[in-house]
Amino acid sequence: MQKNLRTKAIIILVTVLLCVYGIFGLPKSKDDLIANWKKNIRLGLDLRGGSHLVLQVQVQDAFKAEADTDIERLKEDLNRQNIAFGSIDRSEPASLAEADAIQITVKGVPIDKVSAFRSLINEKYDAWIFGSLASSDYKLSLKPTKALELRRDTLARSMQTIESRINGLGLAESTVQQRGRSDAESELLVQLPGVDDPARVKQILGTAALLELYEVKDGPFANQEQARLNFGSVLPLNSKLVRQPARTEQAEAWYVVARTPVITGRDLRNARPQQGEFGKWETAFTLNQDAAKRFERFTETHVGKRLAIVLDNQIRSAPTIQNKISDSGRITGANDQVEASDLALVLRAGSLPASVVYLEERTVGPSLGADSIRQGVVSGIVGLIAVVFVMLVYYKRSGINATVALVLNAVILIAALAYFEAVLTLPGIAGIILLIGMAVDSNVLIFERIREELRGGKGVLAAIDAGFSKAFLTIIDTHVTTVVSCAFLFIFGTGPVKGFAVTLVIGLIANVFTSVFISRFIFDWENSRSTQVASLSI
Amino acid sequence: MELFRNTNFDFLGKKWPFIIASLVLTGAGMTSVAMKGGPKYGIDFRGGVNMYVKFAHTPPVDRLRSALSAKIAGEISVVEIPGSSEVIIGTELKNEKELDAARRTMVETLSSSFGATGGKLDLHNTGQSALADRLRDPLARTGAGLSEQQLQDLTKAILAFRDGNPNFGILQNLDQLTAVKGVTPSILNAMKQEVALSPFTIRKGELVGPKIGGELRNQAILATLYALGGMLVYIAFRFEWVYGVAAVIAVFHDTIITIGLFSLFDKEISLTVVAALLTLVGYSMNDTIVVFYRIRENLKLLRKERFEPLVNISVNQTLSRTVLTSGLTLLSALALLFFGGPVLNGFSFALVVGIIVGTYSSIFIASPILVWWKSRLDRRGASGGAERVIMTAASKQTAK
Repeated sequence: MQKNLRTKAIIILVTVLLCVYGIFGLPKSKDDLIANWKKNIRLGLDLRGGSHLVLQVQVQDAFKAEADTDIERLKEDLNRQNIAFGSIDRSEPASLAEADAIQITVKGVPIDKVSAFRSLINEKYDAWIFGSLASSDYKLSLKPTKALELRRDTLARSMQTIESRINGLGLAESTVQQRGRSDAESELLVQLPGVDDPARVKQILGTAALLELYEVKDGPFANQEQARLNFGSVLPLNSKLVRQPARTEQAEAWYVVARTPVITGRDLRNARPQQGEFGKWETAFTLNQDAAKRFERFTETHVGKRLAIVLDNQIRSAPTIQNKISDSGRITGANDQVEASDLALVLRAGSLPASVVYLEERTVGPSLGADSIRQGVVSGIVGLIAVVFVMLVYYKRSGINATVALVLNAVILIAALAYFEAVLTLPGIAGIILLIGMAVDSNVLIFERIREELRGGKGVLAAIDAGFSKAFLTIIDTHVTTVVSCAFLFIFGTGPVKGFAVTLVIGLIANVFTSVFISRFIFDWENSRSTQVASLSI
Repeated sequence: MELFRNTNFDFLGKKWPFIIASLVLTGAGMTSVAMKGGPKYGIDFRGGVNMYVKFAHTPPVDRLRSALSAKIAGEISVVEIPGSSEVIIGTELKNEKELDAARRTMVETLSSSFGATGGKLDLHNTGQSALADRLRDPLARTGAGLSEQQLQDLTKAILAFRDGNPNFGILQNLDQLTAVKGVTPSILNAMKQEVALSPFTIRKGELVGPKIGGELRNQAILATLYALGGMLVYIAFRFEWVYGVAAVIAVFHDTIITIGLFSLFDKEISLTVVAALLTLVGYSMNDTIVVFYRIRENLKLLRKERFEPLVNISVNQTLSRTVLTSGLTLLSALALLFFGGPVLNGFSFALVVGIIVGTYSSIFIASPILVWWKSRLDRRGASGGAERVIMTAASKQTAK
């Protein structure tokens, strides 16, 4: 008996020490202790502040871009092979679901050129399936395999870009992962713990950051109509209209620019913020070798003309080329340093292949997190004091026994959270507080049994024995049902609710150990000290 | 101390008033749900935008509402959180892009209508890196001679002071910052030139698009159904099918009443409320199982007793435990309700209601169903069959 008790004592002591170590580590000072506690207890987004974002990548954008490039190629090829055509257009898939159905329509191909046209498509445009619409009109639809490939590729590239933007911000603990069951959903889950300026991060993640430098054909014009009128209502071949949004010092303007850019974001080697004239912030960029050569040739031949710097399809500025430029340029017009450095960051990280839509966003500011923790701690302490008070009044000395079990239950739970690297959320704290009430249930069950057995005339030791063994199966069954409901909560729940389920399950498992094993040990240990056990304070 | 010693209440004899009370409560709750066009879902399930804004003074609710209504197409709700200077601004719109735009408009309107800082950085709504960037040059000019690391540490400390106890996001004036380690009078003076305090801070923003909202709703319903199904199977496995069915009906009754009360009190059902409901499912099951265990044990001990008095004895024997445990869990739940703050309000409300209803349903719903089933078998006349439920239950016990 004594030996048995000693073994139990050692098991309990080792467990408690391991738990305390898991929570506090081996602190050398008070600061150390607090630092370890903060390191080991991982707080969820809702407690430490941060953002949870679900983005949907608008894959149809990439499909449209793919079709546009092929249309340009096709036009050149048709001209080269002397195949006449009336017009080439593409459909406009409005949503993600319609992306696959994108179609290119080629109208007005003469009958005698059809076979040449068909073989051109089959040879050089293997992504597309050739089909006929009317006598001289034809359609090209995207092959399903190619569509799938394009979807996956777009999603992967978006994810990479977003990851590198987040890394650029130095948000080390952030994660980006694919969400949803299939690739077709094109959703990304971004978790940003501890971000104190979520609006800025959202801005950075959401901008396409598509940089293009165009040759300006004509402009500026006050509005679209004026620009068109200038060319007799029809824009010259291979040109397009781009808007320059209004700024504080200048009104809105429109420019006619070349259709294809001289330089794009992919040609950049680096980008960084700097202070330009009058101390205004701007973003400077440098080009890689190939692009620098191209740019040098271009600027040399276009001195005195304007160059449009277009970001996300809007002109940022249209400076006049003063002299030959080789490998660098700058984007002016930032309001402050933050804006300039954010632009540099997104340019370095590369552009998004498709725009993104926020399907879900949950942002918690750090002050609310701190407030929630305080409220959680206050209600926990109030709950604990109330429960312990009732237990001590109702069960006297045995109430101490239950209190010890209860406190150890909480210690084991917190240590388990630390060891499993589980995250403590606000519902998780609620779970711990709820557990204070539920944890005593096992002790109440056992104590009531012991009282009954005592009333039935059993001796103290026999009553304790019977109480524990009879209540044991009930305890297991009651715990299993709660674990079952928590399991489903965990499977179907998100973030904070998952945290609640995990906390409650760990707590309940620890509860079996504390209320059955430890509580029993305390009874046995007390009784082993006196040879004659006549009464039990219960 | 003992509250219930050898009690012998005739619970089953007095079951009708309680069953009627249950029915009335269920009826009232469901009528309210029906009249309000379904349960009142929170933003998690319905989709929409919610923004929690804390003010330095009494929130200008009417001004807020009119300023926002002018700019956002959808209906705007501005609700004060009782006992705090915080409001929840919400709106519902059809698609994600509109919601995102509405969210941005809310922030812009707040800063343009209430947050005039005259070009200075708003300390209540800024991040650490922006603050550091803003203060870097002005502080260098004061000759404070801070290294970059010191600047980062200083701004971190300032924001920690702003967010921590007791300010929780709102400072009354910049002079309070003298309490922060490292803020000298000259630094404070330089700061006053660069930063200002708007009268509000945005503490929490939620945007749930209709797509995600629908997904979450389905998941919540599935989780609840699977949990109920899982328990039915588990109890059927440990006891008998009848016990499982009786327990699940009791738990279902608890869930329905809680949802009804949410509707009656005009409270929203959010994700955490569903978590609370599922916890209650488990908790109410606990209670029922404890009573069923006793019934099974007594079937073995008191073989001569008829079923109904036997159930009554069992309920009485476990009464002390039932009341004590529920009472203690109720204490923790009440602590959460009163001190847990607005975020957990729905959660704690569900727990408080559920614990009370769950305790009473194991006595007045689950047990009568068992008795009713047994008497139905009796009436069928097949006396052997009548005993079967009980005997198999008893033999299961002995077999273990």
